[in-house]
Amino acid sequence: MARAVSNRTRALNTAVAGTLGFLMFFPILWIFILSFKTEEDAIRAPLEVLFGSGWTLDSFFTVQERSDYFKHFANSVIISLGSTFVGLLIAIPAAWAMAFVPARHTKNVLMWMLSTKMLPPVGVLVPIYLIFRDYGLLDTRIGLVIVLTLMNLPIIIWMLYTYFKEIPGEILEAARMDGASLREEILHVLTPMAIPGMASTVLLNIILAWNEAFWTLNLTAANAAPLTAFIASYSSPEGLFYAKLSAASIMAIAPILIMGWFSQRQLVRGLTFGAVK
Amino acid sequence: MATKASRAAARMMIAPSVILLLAWMIVPLSLTIYFSFLRYNLITPTGNPFVGWENYYWFVTDPSFQAAMLNTLMLVGGVLLITVAGGIMFALLLDRPMFGQGIIRIMVIAPFFVMPTVSALVWKNMFMNPVNGMFGQIATSLGFQPIDFMGQIPLLSIILIVSWMWLPFATLILFTAMQSLDQEQLEAAEMDGAGSFSRFVFIVLPHLARAITVVILIQTIFHLSIFAEILVTTNGGPGTASTNLTYLIYVSSLLQFDVGLGSAGGVIAIILANIVAIFLMRMIGKNLDA
Repeated sequence: MARAVSNRTRALNTAVAGTLGFLMFFPILWIFILSFKTEEDAIRAPLEVLFGSGWTLDSFFTVQERSDYFKHFANSVIISLGSTFVGLLIAIPAAWAMAFVPARHTKNVLMWMLSTKMLPPVGVLVPIYLIFRDYGLLDTRIGLVIVLTLMNLPIIIWMLYTYFKEIPGEILEAARMDGASLREEILHVLTPMAIPGMASTVLLNIILAWNEAFWTLNLTAANAAPLTAFIASYSSPEGLFYAKLSAASIMAIAPILIMGWFSQRQLVRGLTFGAVK
Repeated sequence: MATKASRAAARMMIAPSVILLLAWMIVPLSLTIYFSFLRYNLITPTGNPFVGWENYYWFVTDPSFQAAMLNTLMLVGGVLLITVAGGIMFALLLDRPMFGQGIIRIMVIAPFFVMPTVSALVWKNMFMNPVNGMFGQIATSLGFQPIDFMGQIPLLSIILIVSWMWLPFATLILFTAMQSLDQEQLEAAEMDGAGSFSRFVFIVLPHLARAITVVILIQTIFHLSIFAEILVTTNGGPGTASTNLTYLIYVSSLLQFDVGLGSAGGVIAIILANIVAIFLMRMIGKNLDA
């Protein structure tokens, strides 16, 4: 039984949590505001920024004109969607098989797959870098798609596996009794039930790939640099750059913020490998 | 019932994933171990002779290694302290009845979706810059000497930035765990006269113990590999004041082109991460009913 809670308690809770929540969100809100300022206004005192200066869209245009922003945006899209799609193609059959035709070693295989995720990327930085150099994969989108696919494959398999596990096996058996072939079983019975789980897997994986900042920084230069690497170029800027950095940042994080809000719940499952549900 | 035919099909379906992950793990890993025993520099060709443990010796005895290990420890420990304590607080807070809980939760979780390079650069410039940053401007207007965050307290600054990025993760997981707490148990304890502090210590905390452990283990694995945040803020400096193990290996291998030395560092990083990973794997394995 939930107890009746007075509106005063409610209001007090709201005030405390709201204030702290606002503080957490404030840096994002602040760069959103700065992205609509001129460079000169962006470095003024906080109150002057808010109330004593005009608003402009110039920074967004400057960022695009000066550095071909949308090329990097496109790289991020291609790399994150590409690695997610390839990963899904490889992971779906594996997760399906392990969930519905479990064998003696299934658990071990799953745990082993997870263990590959525990390998610190810096431990294999040198060989991957040299292999990429020798095969001409440095600073290419295809190279990053390969690395990010392999890096996130264990997470995709695990998430799909836990979702598939929740589909009752009796339904599949019934379909089999009715003479459905393996192909039909997957296409017409399993897929419709698995779509919500696959959707959240896709969402989480795009978020992880979009924000990945080890391989993208070390394996790209100018051509294939996604937004993570492009934004990093602001670490040694020339002249005033707060408004430009804000504009570039806001455009870089907006798509993922929106996706993230939709996938809060699935995030927990995906990031803890089902250890917390 | 799984038939023989479906077993064979299943194996075929798992094979691509296993082969790819095996290659992804074995090939670079064995190369790292192999390189770590060679004198192998990309700028000064030496014919890459086998030199035994020499690289390990140089890597471990370098003063910057000790600094990096200490920094790694403080970075991981500091972030864990802030995020776990803050995460428990937020989880308890968000669990209370309030208006607009959905919106507040979204505001708390939002930083997790910001890419590391953006978080680090925004904090470094817009907030921590002593002249134009907000903290500096507020300090100056109140008559205080502004702090040069990246110059005076580089490691602590990075700890704060990373904590901002990961507090949402701890909050989200602990909040999820709170949902399964038995409310009646709490009420019973309250009726028996347990105060809010003892309810927290004896009921809430034990209930969250598992989730807290998971948060600590997962975050440790991620924080051992912190790289972008250091690269775009301090470049590991001043000196080695904010260099962690990951960054040190990056400097040895990609800036000094010493493949052998970097690989020896890589092997050490792998061993370190594995120690944590073993505990995490055990926790996850227990929960897996395959």
